[in-house]
Amino acid sequence: MTMAARVLSWLALAGTIVPPILFFYDRVSLDQTKLWMLIATVVWFAAAPLRDESARPE
Amino acid sequence: MSNEYEREPVPPEAQLGFGSFIGQYAGEHTAGTELMIGPLFVAAGVSAVDLLGGLLVGNLLAVLSWTFLTAPIATRARLTLYYQLERICGRRLVTLYNLANGLMFCLLAGSMITVSATALGVWFGFAMPQLNDVYPTGLGWILAVLAIGAMVTVVAAYGYEFVSRVANIAAPWMVLVFIAFGLVGLRQMGVTSLAEFWPKAQSVIWTGGAPLPGQIKFTFWHIMFFAWFCNMAMHIGMADLSVLRFARRSWYGISTASGMFLGHYLAWVTASILYVVQLRADPSNTAVLPGPLAYNACGIAGVICVIVAGWTTANPTIYRAGLAFQAIMPRVSRYRVTMVTGAITTIVGAFPAVAMQLLDFVALYGMLLMPMGAVVFVDFWLSKRFGFQPNYAERSGTDFNWAAGLTWFVTLAGCALLVLRGGVQLYFVSLPGWFLAAILYLALSRLLQRPVAAGIPAGVQPL
Repeated sequence: MTMAARVLSWLALAGTIVPPILFFYDRVSLDQTKLWMLIATVVWFAAAPLRDESARPE
Repeated sequence: MSNEYEREPVPPEAQLGFGSFIGQYAGEHTAGTELMIGPLFVAAGVSAVDLLGGLLVGNLLAVLSWTFLTAPIATRARLTLYYQLERICGRRLVTLYNLANGLMFCLLAGSMITVSATALGVWFGFAMPQLNDVYPTGLGWILAVLAIGAMVTVVAAYGYEFVSRVANIAAPWMVLVFIAFGLVGLRQMGVTSLAEFWPKAQSVIWTGGAPLPGQIKFTFWHIMFFAWFCNMAMHIGMADLSVLRFARRSWYGISTASGMFLGHYLAWVTASILYVVQLRADPSNTAVLPGPLAYNACGIAGVICVIVAGWTTANPTIYRAGLAFQAIMPRVSRYRVTMVTGAITTIVGAFPAVAMQLLDFVALYGMLLMPMGAVVFVDFWLSKRFGFQPNYAERSGTDFNWAAGLTWFVTLAGCALLVLRGGVQLYFVSLPGWFLAAILYLALSRLLQRPVAAGIPAGVQPL
């Protein structure tokens, strides 16, 4: 669970920044950029708390 | 962490490492208001060299102020600003300081609520404020501000810990969304490679022309002093003694660079790019509305960023304002004080004047609290050398140290005179103001202090 949350949160961060980079280099449209950023945002806010929860001391 | 050790030095076991401060400062200074400030620079007709150069120098000076003015005192005394001021100034004068500080926090949090409310406008389509608007623009706007204000206030009163956690979770994602704003904005202005950035920056983005109607022209010096002094209350004004007293080493003050160069450089620059995109699409649309700006660039993710950035920074600000007011009325519960503070803040948020004049307000905020920073500095480092007693209120038992009080009032009167009669702009007045305050406190302390009996606690002294 911890590892999955960690991997997902890293993927979400990548999903937040890679689409605008691709848009900057004219590889994807603005609509695609917005959609991928929204998906990444949802994933980030779902995964990051689980990752942080597991990192907390008992 | 600022709720612990409120009236005693932070012990070694409670002190924190460098990394804790990097994260805290990065999160605290990547706020919803950054989305107002960047566009307001563009509205002030700033040029590319002035903006990028002024921000570089100003932010560097801010980091150095934290490192060489605030942190050395914080890591030696290890006390909160409030307690340190109480020992120097006395309880009644600190009450006045708390009142001024609390009111400024209310105005600041109000502008953050204004920013978040612009995000709701994207979905509900009500009339939103324009650049020079002072009053609420209609029922829809008022309802949006009320909704966000109520949510922020209730959470500040009940669940501050929860928001603090959301803020920490959101911080890395938010920084990336701010970078995304810049990338999307640059592409929309026809920049397709890094090599094209500088020519476009000078000729298209920050052209340095006339300011928009109702705004004053900004030069390198305006930007530099604004970047340096926008957190003046925190560094030169010493409010961050309360934060940096937990630092193991004095040089940890340099960690503030994370907040300055992510929030006050990157975020301001990218937000200003979004505003230029809007102006190029429709030159008559001069409204500075973070919600629509963010939505046009990054869609719903951008709008969420505006709401989260505004909410997570308005909350601790209301909480701090509540604490400042509660210190004045200790018998009233913190819950009740926070609810009333939130109500005042929400009313402020409905008036767009504060957010639209944020540059002036932030400069005023720093100026108002700066003299007390000079008092702490002189009292800590120079009192022995110049033959007067540090922590005079504590030693003498007075509840109003007139040397500190007069320093505050006369410095503010001098600064006001310079602005109103001397033609000096608000952004430049705090630097001479600090020296005036330092000299005044030194001279007045020598003049007004009376010998105190031996055996009274000497307090914490410079090592």
